[in-house]
Amino acid sequence: MIRELHNKLINKEITSVELTQQYFDAISKKDGDVHAYLTLTKEEALEQAKKVDEKISRGEEIGIIEGIPCAIKDNICIKNIRTTASSKILDNYIAPYDATVVEKIREAGAVILGKTNLDEFAMGSSTETSAYGATKNPYDNERVPGGTSGGSAAAVSADMAVWSLGSDTGGSIRQPASFCGVVGLKPTYGRVSRYGLMAMASSFDQIGPMTKTVEDTAIILSIISGKDNMDATSAPDFGKKYEDYLTGEIKGMKIGIVKEYLESLNKEMKTEMEKVIERYKKLGAEICEIELPNAKYALPTYYIIQPSEVSSNLARFDGIKYGMRADDKEKTNTADLGGLPRTLLETYLDTRKYNLGAEVKRRIMLGTYALSSGYYDAYYLRAQKVRTLIRKDFEKAFQKVDVILTPTTPTPAFKIGEKTQDPLQMYLEDIFTITANIAGIPAVSVPCGMIEWEGKQLPAGFQLMGKWFDEENLLCVAHAFEVNCTE
Amino acid sequence: MISEKEVKHIASLARIGLSEDEIEKFSKDLSSILDFIEQLKEVDISGIEPTAHITGLQNKLREDKIENFENKEGIVKLFPEEKNGYDKVKSVL
Repeated sequence: MIRELHNKLINKEITSVELTQQYFDAISKKDGDVHAYLTLTKEEALEQAKKVDEKISRGEEIGIIEGIPCAIKDNICIKNIRTTASSKILDNYIAPYDATVVEKIREAGAVILGKTNLDEFAMGSSTETSAYGATKNPYDNERVPGGTSGGSAAAVSADMAVWSLGSDTGGSIRQPASFCGVVGLKPTYGRVSRYGLMAMASSFDQIGPMTKTVEDTAIILSIISGKDNMDATSAPDFGKKYEDYLTGEIKGMKIGIVKEYLESLNKEMKTEMEKVIERYKKLGAEICEIELPNAKYALPTYYIIQPSEVSSNLARFDGIKYGMRADDKEKTNTADLGGLPRTLLETYLDTRKYNLGAEVKRRIMLGTYALSSGYYDAYYLRAQKVRTLIRKDFEKAFQKVDVILTPTTPTPAFKIGEKTQDPLQMYLEDIFTITANIAGIPAVSVPCGMIEWEGKQLPAGFQLMGKWFDEENLLCVAHAFEVNCTE
Repeated sequence: MISEKEVKHIASLARIGLSEDEIEKFSKDLSSILDFIEQLKEVDISGIEPTAHITGLQNKLREDKIENFENKEGIVKLFPEEKNGYDKVKSVL
């Protein structure tokens, strides 16, 4: 889709200002119902679009995403723009700098339409924990778009952005992509710099593209990836152009499947997965059964390591340097802590009491517990050892196969409110996606059509997981499915 | 089982004030999540190294060079309470 729009721009069939205006029109028409956006940056967007049009009229060459409208998840900083991470504690936060990914897409000339909704600080699986209200699934407004990048997924799905950026810590790009019928990629840990992304669980977090097509995902990945001195975990990618690897040819490639995953599915999802497998067989891929014996421990492992990192990362939101500060002038009922003057302690306690939501508090407390004296070995250290075992499962599997095919989610989009009462039910949403974050490997969700579910037609997706730093083969396999989808 | 007393202790460590309702709810929630996590106890982890960095990246060094941040104003504007360009906080002594 990006390439088509690019060609229209250079052939002067449409101007960037017209294109940008079309998207803002779509937003004003649809976003009242969907609520994908938290902040619109119309003035800046039109200004950038005008610059691109001037360049085109001067006969200058433009880049592939130059002048094309996109949306950015609201936990990624854009200089001088409000960035809330959907939390009340950052209600008044104006980012003083650009995230590295934003700097890169600015250099590439993208038009940024605005900031999209997410679960508060990217904790959740439905966008329902946002302090600014839930985003709705464009296919059915009574259902969730998934989360945490629900706003970014819904914006692309409902044609309110050509592409968007999300972030993925346990499935936050892939699960909403699947619920909204778009493509979503979590790159290899280290592929994309996180500088300027609000740190949540630093050993898992990755930024990635959400798009209409696999080619668009490859184009965006080529632009945002690479080593960055501002993120010590980022890795060099030697200027790879991922779109050049999309040959449509996958003959002889080996695709691994996990039998227990397929057997665990309901009838409708299982039928879809079987169709996907058949299509890959027709395309000449070899389907091989593989085993990931420790993958069943991925979810409990995640729910020790992730909250532990959360409790540490979110300690910075204390009402001191930025964000909201609260003081209710009443003594808070907590256990006594020595060594801190009461007035200062009350500032911390009240600021976090009134400005953080329930899910964020729950995870901070879970992590604080897991890391606290006497429990560290039993929880955190054990989980990091199990993590090693899960990584080894993948190392072994990838000696046999090129990519691994799984469902993205156990079901299509669920109803708003359906899982908010029981945190564990919500956590189980990530059962198929979370292993890729635990192992640090890249994984993409690809739409595979609509299924009938609870009397509605809803999108379904499947997931492909690839080897570390092998996005080119991963996307090649995803692309081959997509371009042969209509045959 | 996480008692309400333990919830209060954890909340203090995490610097989170909680309402009485929250204390009761978190006692239940944390207990059920920890029960779910219990299954890790069945994994044999003897002789297994913990993961330190998932892709094995080590000691990434860069030059220790001071760079001026160009938008100091933008930072000062974010202070919850500002006095003469400084961030004003409650007494720490």
